[in-house]
Amino acid sequence: MHMADALISPAVGGTMWAVSGGLIAYSAKKVREEADDRKIPLMGVLGAFIFAAQMINFTIPGTGSSGHLGGGMILAILLGPWSAFLALASVLTVQALFFADGGLLALGCNILNMGFFTCFFAYPLVYKKITGGSLDKKRVMIGAVTAAVIGLQLGAFGVVVETLASGISELPFKTFVLLMQPIHLGIGVVEGLVTAGVVSFMLKARPEILAAAAQRQPIGVSVKGALAGLAAAAVLTGAALSWFASANPDGLEWAMLRTSGREELESSGKLHGLLGALQAKTAFLPDYGFRKPEEAPAAPDGEGAPAPAWPAVDAGTSVAGLVGGISTLLMTGLIGFALRRGKAAA
Amino acid sequence: MSELGASLVDIGYMDTLAAGSTPLHRLDPRAKLLTTALFIVAVVSFGKYEVSALLPFLLYPVYLAAEGRLPARYLFKKVLLVSPFAVMVGIFNPFFDGGVLLRVGHLGVSGGWVSFASILLRFLLTVSAALALLALTGINSICEGLLRLGAPRAFVVQLLFLNRYLFSLAAETENMTRARALRSAGKRGMRFGVFIQILGHLLLKTLDRAERVYRAMLARGFDGHIRVTRGYKIGRRELLFFFCWTALFALFRFVNLPVMLGQAVTGLLK
Repeated sequence: MHMADALISPAVGGTMWAVSGGLIAYSAKKVREEADDRKIPLMGVLGAFIFAAQMINFTIPGTGSSGHLGGGMILAILLGPWSAFLALASVLTVQALFFADGGLLALGCNILNMGFFTCFFAYPLVYKKITGGSLDKKRVMIGAVTAAVIGLQLGAFGVVVETLASGISELPFKTFVLLMQPIHLGIGVVEGLVTAGVVSFMLKARPEILAAAAQRQPIGVSVKGALAGLAAAAVLTGAALSWFASANPDGLEWAMLRTSGREELESSGKLHGLLGALQAKTAFLPDYGFRKPEEAPAAPDGEGAPAPAWPAVDAGTSVAGLVGGISTLLMTGLIGFALRRGKAAA
Repeated sequence: MSELGASLVDIGYMDTLAAGSTPLHRLDPRAKLLTTALFIVAVVSFGKYEVSALLPFLLYPVYLAAEGRLPARYLFKKVLLVSPFAVMVGIFNPFFDGGVLLRVGHLGVSGGWVSFASILLRFLLTVSAALALLALTGINSICEGLLRLGAPRAFVVQLLFLNRYLFSLAAETENMTRARALRSAGKRGMRFGVFIQILGHLLLKTLDRAERVYRAMLARGFDGHIRVTRGYKIGRRELLFFFCWTALFALFRFVNLPVMLGQAVTGLLK
């Protein structure tokens, strides 16, 4: 469920970076306040544990497919939400850097989808509420499965919302949701069962570790805190997106088209003409034949959406784009080759 | 299993690449981080039907790979292998967006295919740039760069620890799963119960190791702070690198060079 840079817009990616960055800074502050030196290596090594654990697969009975540990919930149970969030964020960062699993710009989205919902929502509001701090096996089982399912459902929904808000994918909302949510229901159940299994194992092998972890965490997140965080994130996202939409001349052109029936108002008067000419000269994005369809508003539900009226296709621009594109590729390749040769000769 | 081994080799290989000594390797990590961030933002800021204007951006990863003497084929293979997510989501575009957008001769290309091509190109650009950044810089220097750019120390320390213990824990995991495989006489799948046992024991070993690491750190005078060595400074080369590329990205972003070039060429042919 790692999102990739190729599918998100800078506005969405940037907003999620800001939100995740803020959460990381706040979690780092909280961890410092706990002032538990012992936790620093513990968090790092547990992060590495998640990596290692993800490399072991088991067979899901009757399906032939295999499952593995996601790990967020175990980290939260062992470390508490703040430290778990930091550890998860570092795991996701290393995945993005080493394995290009999820892009660098999409990292904010991924940290939010996989870290925030697990550590600050599913763990404190679902798992803690169900287990009530007790280490009863049945409660742990129910709590872990429910929390993992809810955390993953929210995360998957986050992927859908962030992808659609970016507007690169054509998937209609409904189709995307119907693709993502059921898959992650299955993944969530598996994740919950694995989490519960490992917790029960620890209860048998080293109960004191879990007892200490369960006691250590009344400092955790309050319901109010988590909801306030979520609300703040939502507002921030909305603000950033609407700002971007209105700052974007394309959106403006589109609105113009809707309100006046013309894409651009005809300019009248000398000054307007002058400004228009100036603008045409300095325009960042002269109107290529390519660009107009982009403004066709995506139907919100994607059902029965009429195919947008396509503007007349300018074949000249298309051919020019192809020829130019191929030449650019050749030139880039030549530059790379020349650099390499120069190096080898030197 | 093979996946695990391959991942380890991969990480190790990236570290080896990062130990190179070209001028690009020696550049302050902040310059590379910021430039790459700008690059990614510029690439993804295009409209979804943009293909031609994205092409000049290939110059950046190509330059990094060539000038930094990185194995281009290896990087390209890695890009192809990773994250099918973008491809899986993108492949739906041709189904939902059937209007003809591009005409070459008698061939009409629908908007969905154009935007799918755009997604693939974006994917290639952003992933190859990120991989080149890591291969030229290495995780330790990236962490130092992040720290100096204001990332919270606790988080950066996390990254450093994670990187350090990844190898030892992965080796531990490899031992355990290999031992199981040998004892289970060719049965390929792992039962859930066994999986939990292995995971649990791995966790116990992890916790013990964390405790040993902590004691070793205390013995070496750990006082709750981790000091990261300094060895970089922003000099002329860094500024040159950053501003030249920023200027180029701006040019590529706002002027569609391939279309201009194509128009010139087709104009000549007429």
